[in-house]
Amino acid sequence: MDPFIRIQNISKRFGKLSAVDNVSFNLERGELFSLLGPSGCGKTTLLRILAGFEKPTEGYIEIDGQDMANVDPADRPVNIMFQSYALFPHMSVSNNIAYGLKRASLPADEIKVRVEELQRLVHLTEMGERKPSTLSGGQRQRVALARALARRPKLLLLDEPLAALDKKLRSETQFELVNIQEKLGTTFIVVTHDQEEAMTLSTRIGVMDNGKLVQTAIPNEIYEQPVTRFVADFVGEISFLEATVKERIGKHWLMDAAAPIHAIGDKNLKSGMKVSLAIRPEKITLTPQSTGSLNEFPVDIEDLAFYGAGTQYKVIGPDGMKLKVYQSHNQPSQANSKKLEKGFVHFLPESIIILQG
Amino acid sequence: MYSFLQKFGRLLVIWLPLGWLCIFFMLPLVEMVNVSMSEARRAVPPYNPAFQIGRDGISFQPVVDNYLLIYEYWEDYLWPAVNSVKLAFFSTLYCLLFAYPIAWCIARSNKSLQHILLVLVLMPFWTSSLLRMYALIGLLNPNGIINNFLIWAGITVTPIQMMQTDFSIYSGMILTYLPLMILPLYASLVRLDNSMLEAAADLGAKNWDIFATIILPLSVPGLIAGCLLVFIPAVGEFVIPALLGGPEQLMLGKVIWTEFFRNRDWPVAASIAIILIAIIILPIVYARYQDKEGIS
Amino acid sequence: MHSNVPFMVKLLAIAGFGILYIPVVMMMIYSFNRGKLVSVWAGFSTKWYKELWSDDVLLTALHNSLIIGFSSATISTILGLLIAIAFVRFSDFGGRLFLSLFASAPLVMPEAVTGLSMLLLFIAMEASFGWPSGRGVDTIMIAHATFGMCFAAVVIQTRLRNMDKTLEEAARDLGGRQPFVFLSITFPLILPSVIAAWLLSFTLSFDDVVIASFVSGPGSSTLPIVIFSKIRLGVSPEINAIATLMILVISVLVMIGGFMVLRRDSEK
Repeated sequence: MDPFIRIQNISKRFGKLSAVDNVSFNLERGELFSLLGPSGCGKTTLLRILAGFEKPTEGYIEIDGQDMANVDPADRPVNIMFQSYALFPHMSVSNNIAYGLKRASLPADEIKVRVEELQRLVHLTEMGERKPSTLSGGQRQRVALARALARRPKLLLLDEPLAALDKKLRSETQFELVNIQEKLGTTFIVVTHDQEEAMTLSTRIGVMDNGKLVQTAIPNEIYEQPVTRFVADFVGEISFLEATVKERIGKHWLMDAAAPIHAIGDKNLKSGMKVSLAIRPEKITLTPQSTGSLNEFPVDIEDLAFYGAGTQYKVIGPDGMKLKVYQSHNQPSQANSKKLEKGFVHFLPESIIILQG
Repeated sequence: MYSFLQKFGRLLVIWLPLGWLCIFFMLPLVEMVNVSMSEARRAVPPYNPAFQIGRDGISFQPVVDNYLLIYEYWEDYLWPAVNSVKLAFFSTLYCLLFAYPIAWCIARSNKSLQHILLVLVLMPFWTSSLLRMYALIGLLNPNGIINNFLIWAGITVTPIQMMQTDFSIYSGMILTYLPLMILPLYASLVRLDNSMLEAAADLGAKNWDIFATIILPLSVPGLIAGCLLVFIPAVGEFVIPALLGGPEQLMLGKVIWTEFFRNRDWPVAASIAIILIAIIILPIVYARYQDKEGIS
Repeated sequence: MHSNVPFMVKLLAIAGFGILYIPVVMMMIYSFNRGKLVSVWAGFSTKWYKELWSDDVLLTALHNSLIIGFSSATISTILGLLIAIAFVRFSDFGGRLFLSLFASAPLVMPEAVTGLSMLLLFIAMEASFGWPSGRGVDTIMIAHATFGMCFAAVVIQTRLRNMDKTLEEAARDLGGRQPFVFLSITFPLILPSVIAAWLLSFTLSFDDVVIASFVSGPGSSTLPIVIFSKIRLGVSPEINAIATLMILVISVLVMIGGFMVLRRDSEK
């Protein structure tokens, strides 16, 4: 079966600059896909290509079996929610929502019913007559969402949908957004630079760097098995150790870093290869005394930051090796390990991510 | 001492310009009202002041004769008033027709081109209207450049009468006031966020639809400002009807001039000036009123 | 230009620019016409420009116009600056309403009305206490300064209002007192607008024919007055030449001023 949305070899060049570089991915119906990347990585350009505002230099887009190449933005089964919301300031909330329906020349009573329905969906039933300028940031965001959903698009594009909201509102709205998406079953593509947002929202994430789509996977896989140093670094906290592959011992590879480290990795590694070892802070255990575990070495605690649910440490191991360690406060003893100045860290070989090249 | 100086300086900042304007702007208007209510006579000056401070004390004997005269000879005075409003109204309309596309093109071009185009718009505004009207005469005259070209091209045998027609007045008005229409329109159009237009397109609106539902309503403030900026000076225009118009294109500004310099009827000239002021105040008050409505 | 501007819109825009520029450009071209007939090309010549220098009436009028322009623009700018300061920096003062009324009304007053009312006042003043004796360069200067200051006030006000007020507050916090703070901090920052205001007042004065005609006296004709009376007699290559010169000079001044203001604005 053909995928619902097929994006094939899309490139966009402005002069010599490549904003989007040979991006391909497919989406199933009802997916909530996030395009994640730092600003300037090309994710917004890709979004604008999908909406039809920019023509791709090369590539092919197909939505529900229909080629989008020569389809005007007005005629695409795609709607977009702008980062600035782009609400029409001279129209009331309900007129904003009804705008797209009126363009589709629907009968007036049907428009009325649909607008009311949408207002209920985004909890703005009472606000119909208000002008956008009198609404709060969160309400505006909901108007923008309702307006973009009004035409029942096959694909909804959301450009940094939560960026303009303050932190507390953002997490509430995240769940709200997922709820609405699940209720309607519309396919969403969300552009964001916020990895936490991407993690909580999406069924799948595509990480972009420098115009290229580097990795496409479910959130868990992006976090646990990043394929490049960029992805590992961009998503979540991580420490890197430079190492050389030494030899294979049983199921482990022995790595020659500042201290000998056992890791689990592919068979295609060869001794003498230079690799980067990456490890998440929460996968490391910090103890006052040596426990005699595998992958253990002494460290000096350089700095710590208390986060309530846990504490983040910056430690320095042998040969100036720097690590970030996160200890959650699920055991009372660890909560007052503040006075600690020296200690030992250890981690499992499975926790190590081996990045080649 | 310092605070005294500061207070004194403050008063100076306010009262130097205010005093000047009281003497050289308000007082002239008061005197004009005075003359408009004075009796005309054959003397120097050619009127008998309604308000007088003389040896025998202060006297105030206003007359309405001049206004009655204007009413009586309405063909000579009120018809030019109506004509002024008509010519100014259509001039405003024509300016709008050309200004909107220009303002739109400038607002939609990139920053550096915008600067160049703005300077191109501003330059004619700064150069003398008199000289530009003169240049226009050179074009429109019976033996002017356009007619010469038309005859040379064999399109016409005898020169087409373009001077001293409504056409020449409108050409002059557009040439003079187009920049005043473009600038406020540009200012409101350039503020219009591009994502607003993209949102409309995304929701299914095509070119004309986007213009009617988004661009036009959002440019209304600039539109009103531009229309006022053109209509108000156009109503009182003197140079354009004097140089480009004939007897059919009489406007109040020119009537004031004629009454004052030719007929030496100062009171009637002053009365017409006051009627002209009344015509101008109306749209301004209307715009103010609309403004207040819009806020509340 | 943006590609999504429809063709018809571009066409109208080009036509609009055409209306603004074609007459003046044609006039400039014909100012170099050798022939006496203004609209028949008879070869290139600069003789009309040379003849300007022997026209005493024009030269006297130019002299008058320059004196009036410089002095009235200077008065306009100073008083306009004061108005701007009063409006933007003084929270509330007696006479604010009057000042705002008097400073904006001349902007919309028809020139014929302004000219007539001023003339009537000058005549009444002369009859009452003998000043000004007759009309001349001084009365034109006063009239020009009066409406020029209102334009100057608008230009400077805009700039002053957009200026970051914390700069002035920082200076006062560091021990600066008025008017020292104004002179050392504010004035340099609004200087481009002050120069623009002066240029605007100057060109308004230099271009004005209607008001000047009302309040001028014998021997005080300005350049526009002389040109106006010449135009009424018909088109001549000599006026082409003087008009070309005037427009070029003003255009250069405007370009300098315009780019200065625009550059400052885009720096923000």
